[in-house]
Amino acid sequence: MEKAMEYALFAAFFFYLFSTIAYVVAVTGKASRVGKEVHIKRWGKRGLILAMIGGALHILFTVIRIGISGHFPTSNMFEFTAFLCLSIVIAFIIIYFIYRITVLGAFVMPLAVIMLAYAAVFPTEVKPLIPALQSYWLGVHVTTVAIGEGALAVGFVAGLIYLLCWVGQGNRAHTRTASLLEGVLAILLMLVGFVLLSASFGGLGYQASFQHTVDGKPVVEDYSMPPVVSPINSKVVAMDSFPGLDKALFEAPSWLKGEKAASKLNTVIWSVVSGLLLYGLLRLILRRRLHVWLYPLVKNLDLEMVDEVSYRAIAIGYPIFTLGGLVFAMIWAHEAWGRFWGWDPKETWALITWLFYSVYLHLRLSRGWHGLQSSWMAVGGFVVIMLNLIAVNLVLAGLHSYA
Amino acid sequence: MENTKCECGHSNPVGTTLCEYCGKPLEEESASGQPLEMRYDGKARRSQTKNATWVDHVWNFFSSVKVAIWLILITLIISALGTIFPQERVIPSGNPDVYYKQKYGTLGDLYYNLGLSDVFNSPVFMILLGMIGISLVVCSLDRVIPLYKALNNQKIEKNPAFLTRQRVSRTESVSEADRGEVLKALSQALQKKRYHVRTEGESLLAEKGRISRWGPYINHIGLIIFLGGILLRILVPGWYLDESVFVREGETKKLPEVNYYLKNEKATMELYDQTDSREQASKGQPLVKKYETKAIVYQKDPNTGKLKEVKRGPIVVNHPLKVGDILLYQADFEANQTQAIQLQLTDKKTKEDLGKFRINLYDPAKEYALDKGIKVRILNYFPDFVMEGNRPTTKSENPNRPAFVFEVMGPKLKKSEKSWMIAGTNLDDISKSNRYAIDLSRLETVNTSGLMVRIDKSLPIIFTGLGIFMVGLSMGFFWYHRRVWIRIQDGTLYVGAHTNKNWFGLRRELEQATQAAGLPLSFSPEQRREE
Repeated sequence: MEKAMEYALFAAFFFYLFSTIAYVVAVTGKASRVGKEVHIKRWGKRGLILAMIGGALHILFTVIRIGISGHFPTSNMFEFTAFLCLSIVIAFIIIYFIYRITVLGAFVMPLAVIMLAYAAVFPTEVKPLIPALQSYWLGVHVTTVAIGEGALAVGFVAGLIYLLCWVGQGNRAHTRTASLLEGVLAILLMLVGFVLLSASFGGLGYQASFQHTVDGKPVVEDYSMPPVVSPINSKVVAMDSFPGLDKALFEAPSWLKGEKAASKLNTVIWSVVSGLLLYGLLRLILRRRLHVWLYPLVKNLDLEMVDEVSYRAIAIGYPIFTLGGLVFAMIWAHEAWGRFWGWDPKETWALITWLFYSVYLHLRLSRGWHGLQSSWMAVGGFVVIMLNLIAVNLVLAGLHSYA
Repeated sequence: MENTKCECGHSNPVGTTLCEYCGKPLEEESASGQPLEMRYDGKARRSQTKNATWVDHVWNFFSSVKVAIWLILITLIISALGTIFPQERVIPSGNPDVYYKQKYGTLGDLYYNLGLSDVFNSPVFMILLGMIGISLVVCSLDRVIPLYKALNNQKIEKNPAFLTRQRVSRTESVSEADRGEVLKALSQALQKKRYHVRTEGESLLAEKGRISRWGPYINHIGLIIFLGGILLRILVPGWYLDESVFVREGETKKLPEVNYYLKNEKATMELYDQTDSREQASKGQPLVKKYETKAIVYQKDPNTGKLKEVKRGPIVVNHPLKVGDILLYQADFEANQTQAIQLQLTDKKTKEDLGKFRINLYDPAKEYALDKGIKVRILNYFPDFVMEGNRPTTKSENPNRPAFVFEVMGPKLKKSEKSWMIAGTNLDDISKSNRYAIDLSRLETVNTSGLMVRIDKSLPIIFTGLGIFMVGLSMGFFWYHRRVWIRIQDGTLYVGAHTNKNWFGLRRELEQATQAAGLPLSFSPEQRREE
């Protein structure tokens, strides 16, 4: 059974990847023989079917995992991130059936691929639940949050497409929007870089560890990537060799305290550097800026339409997120911790996400923030969600730090 | 008050942008060719018409969505800052002034001094929430009233300028002969699409999903109730209690602040299978499966002073025990706490065993009688021993590191002997000259449960508020208010349509409806631009 579960997810990953390729072919292909319309339709359909098969396999994975573990697989970083990926795919399929915009797939599906790869960076074993998580609310609360965030993520992708379109259609390549957009793309590449590095170092089995003191107690800190930065006042315990790096280049700054702070900083450095390297490499190969390179994919879209897709996705995601992230969260928190709200970092960031999208909605509905401004807000909202997923779990300590 | 007169003869209050009667754009609105601003159907709001007294000024301030957005943004930023370091209530120290500086350095000190370490209980944050509450009430009232009036008194026949300047609009010439037929066919087609259609002369108004418009106001009411619930639990005495208590196995203890007693019958911790690596947290680290306290809750009879059982049951994480308004939660567990010690007295000269005695660390007896007329008396007891300078003292009442000064008296002693005993310390040197030695023979341990004692009478209000909020959100986001105006005038068919969201759906629906009516029209944005 365990093997079947692994294969299901593995297959889902590849179907997402194939779906991405089909969508990219749909919007970029020359289609000299059959004509543009037919070509887009044909490959768009293939992309959609591949995405649906991937989603079905992903659901199969989820079901088998429930069977094995006896609980809904949303109890740690791997399970949650994988489920978020599934939610994004489902939200995309729903939005696709409303608006039938093929291009959307060419941007959402790669995001799904990155998400699933990111999930796989974390330990994937099935673990039993600690007492606080033993409740049916685990399935209800966390899945609702993930589905809401999935829709909000589609809103972000549509927002990103809007920005690409806006910059390209108006020949605004030298505006501040264009530069910021390029920055966002570079940040996405850092996420890709992180995933690639984790996969490669994980595959190589790289390990290093340092000993230092935290709060007067000796602690051994393990690294899964070659140490560029070491914990302050630390001794090397063990360190696999890495070309050009026989010791850490520098120590973590003194204000950066806490458990595993230095290895997290080390990971961030690797991610940023690899993202920038990827970016530089792409620039060298493509010989143009990324948003210029991506523009042909989206050039035939109607701006007003893209704006609406983004808003619609957020209008679907917002109530669902509110229900899962605040209402269900409060009910469960009341049952498990004896208070419906406790300003735990994860809770607070769910509130921040909600406040952010509330601002988005008020600006849009009352202050007329459509199009460009709205799209930037959609991008910002996703940044907040990612901060809550990545930074809050890994950097800030709290009741929700399950990974 | 100054009024704005429309050419149709209707007098509109100041601040109206679209004539209340015929919908014709007034003043500057009429100048541009842009789609009309359809908010509240162009009706003036109180905040736009009154600006004389201080009440008006306050009202106008809080009625502004801009102000509301700033309030939300400030709350957002403060909340984010509040998560940088742990808040005071979760730090493992009672001295935040020292803790933040020690643990996080200068930044931590700054964090504490700015009040960010307890920001969610700060007056600033309370004031912000209060202002958001006021803003919710005022913004909603300022808008829902004119909107309600506008939607309740809609005129069917609108000015052609109102129709052509809708975001979705189309004009098409129709022959004199077809006029009646066209309108009828369109009316039927729209009714098939579940529109509520009203006609007047050669005009038509089709509307559906008006319920969607009340969504925002209903969700705001939900939020107001939610905030009201929070306010009540702060203000009304007895509505909110947040206490904790530690109860040892076998112990009966009064619960803080409430008139109940609790006996901890048994406290258990269960672990997952320790031999199965998949059931471990990490290599060799066991994972807890369950914490449970078997509890009996008593109430004291005011006349007899006896304890009367009220409720009995297990307290498990995620399953609190409810006694009246009180909820008891399993929050903490301390395994194997020493409750009592058994000591052994030996005659060092004769190596004779002179008996054992048991000391309850929570409530030690003063004197213990042993074999052969020997008595041991406790001169001093430090449950949580520590040296403060040269003076021994205790840190707390919990026997974390018990220390005793004993006095041993017996027939074979001329003078009583003093002897020291400190947990975890070898003191053989101090009492070398003593005849009798006191040694630890056994520890008696029990588990201790940490329970939370909670009362929150505002919960029904809070969750009702959230429920109403969700209903409002669903109404607002999953329904759409769509209106279509059609008018035939001078051989031209004017179609204008408005929705509060999902324009794509409206356009598609209109295209389908006009197709069904035998007059296929395109409503794409390109089409509109061409016109």
